[in-house]
Amino acid sequence: MHIKQLLRRVPNKIQITGIKFSLFALCLLPLARLIWLGVSDDLTANPIEFIERSTGFWALFILLLTLSLSPIRMLWGPAWPLQFRRMLGLMMFFYASLHITIYLWLDYGFDWADIIKDIIKHPYVLVGASAYLLTLPLAVTSNQYMMQKLRERWKQLHLTVYLIAILGVVHFWWLVKKDIREPLFYALVLGFLLGVRLFYKLRQIKSKSDKTRKIKLPVSA
Amino acid sequence: MIIQQKSDIAPSEITPKEVFENRRHFIKQAGFGLLATSALAHSHLLLAADNTRLNAPSGKNSKSILSLPSFTKTAYGKDEKLTSYEDVTTYNNFYEFGTGKSEPAVNAKLFKPHPWTISIEGEVKKNKTISIDDILKLAPLEERIYRMRCVEGWSMVIPWVGFPLAQLIKWAEPNANAKYVEFVSLADSQQMPGVNLPILDWPYTEGLRMDEAMNPLTIMAVGLYGEKLPNQNGAPMRLVVPWKYGFKGAKSIVKIRFTEKMPITTWMKAGPKEYGFYANVNPQVEHPRWTQSSEKRIGAGLFAGRIKTQMFNGYTEQVGQMYAGLDLRKYF
Repeated sequence: MHIKQLLRRVPNKIQITGIKFSLFALCLLPLARLIWLGVSDDLTANPIEFIERSTGFWALFILLLTLSLSPIRMLWGPAWPLQFRRMLGLMMFFYASLHITIYLWLDYGFDWADIIKDIIKHPYVLVGASAYLLTLPLAVTSNQYMMQKLRERWKQLHLTVYLIAILGVVHFWWLVKKDIREPLFYALVLGFLLGVRLFYKLRQIKSKSDKTRKIKLPVSA
Repeated sequence: MIIQQKSDIAPSEITPKEVFENRRHFIKQAGFGLLATSALAHSHLLLAADNTRLNAPSGKNSKSILSLPSFTKTAYGKDEKLTSYEDVTTYNNFYEFGTGKSEPAVNAKLFKPHPWTISIEGEVKKNKTISIDDILKLAPLEERIYRMRCVEGWSMVIPWVGFPLAQLIKWAEPNANAKYVEFVSLADSQQMPGVNLPILDWPYTEGLRMDEAMNPLTIMAVGLYGEKLPNQNGAPMRLVVPWKYGFKGAKSIVKIRFTEKMPITTWMKAGPKEYGFYANVNPQVEHPRWTQSSEKRIGAGLFAGRIKTQMFNGYTEQVGQMYAGLDLRKYF
């Protein structure tokens, strides 16, 4: 079946719940794998680095997945996947939190003097730490109550997700020593996801101004 | 018949073979659907655990032609806790075989380190070449247990088998103009897949000041854990300079050139602000990417924490005097 046809079929409530639950379970698989590898002593020669890399990767991956739902609507029409954004966003926050916890605890043993030095002296750590701090207000406001309370400001606040994604990719890029193929791949994916948005935004603005010009024309004639 | 002198501790006693052969089991990633596409880029991490089994030492029967001549034990590092053979041979950087740390062990499997010739060039009495077999006859081999500190912030303790570089230099007969030694690694795109990528300016080139090269701590390693050097660790011969960051230890050396001017090394070209010529281990000189004041010891476990990095990697007594009066921040 063509992807367009598939996406045009709006799932019913039960199906939505099913998809949501499956997505949730899928998102937990990387964690399950880490625990499994940990139990079987299989986390490579440098287990801390392995866990840091893995949780960081999945945080970025799920973030990119979250950001791909709007482009799906823009390109193919279906709006129903948008309702998974909150869950996926929180999943990203979960992996980012694991990432930071491993860094602070297993890597640096809560040695705050060393941690602060590491953050200040190393640009990639600073960028990563900033990205995480920016996710905190988003996670805290990811509920119905805060949405209703903040209204327009909620929308503005949650635009920071774009900045977080850019910082996330930069964080990855700068930590790589020389072989930038992997971060480059994510930069291109992010560029595409943001590019689609920009394209549709510009088209929207253009069609609006076209309409106003059309209305104005007879008046000036 | 060649009678091998047995070293007092066989590698198998240090880490039982069954332990490192069967410890790690690979779990196949399955059913990720859409996720898999992107996970491909991540695959060297996902697959990291799989490499070890392929790479366990193949036992006595494969040791025939290239087994090491006898070697003597030394007092170097005798109180250190060794990093396991498995970790030493499956977690390292050797970009000629790929940029992932588990890639060299896999991609170097078919590499042929024999026959092998090393050419001696530059400021010498006479250009000449020497085979690896003749090099092994130049000087008696000894075991040196050295700490290895990688610039990326991790470290190991490795029982190398080798001989002082000074012995090879003596044989090479450099002239009075020779102030530096340059080491050039093999860059064979047929055997080394990484060389096909323009990630570094191949061939890999490293260098030492003449006094550093002549220092008794500096060795050419031809083995580790009492066995011949595994391909992924720089077979058949590599440089080991324990008070410098690991990248100074050029692997699979094919050329040694004596020069009057300081050689420009591969990493100096790749990142002049990050990698200097000296690259001495120094907890006081920060790197833009990694913490240099502390390090993670490989094999210490998840909860071991970091250990403080020592000046000159703890070899100040033997090498400190060479840098008296040198601004180590400027000459990093």
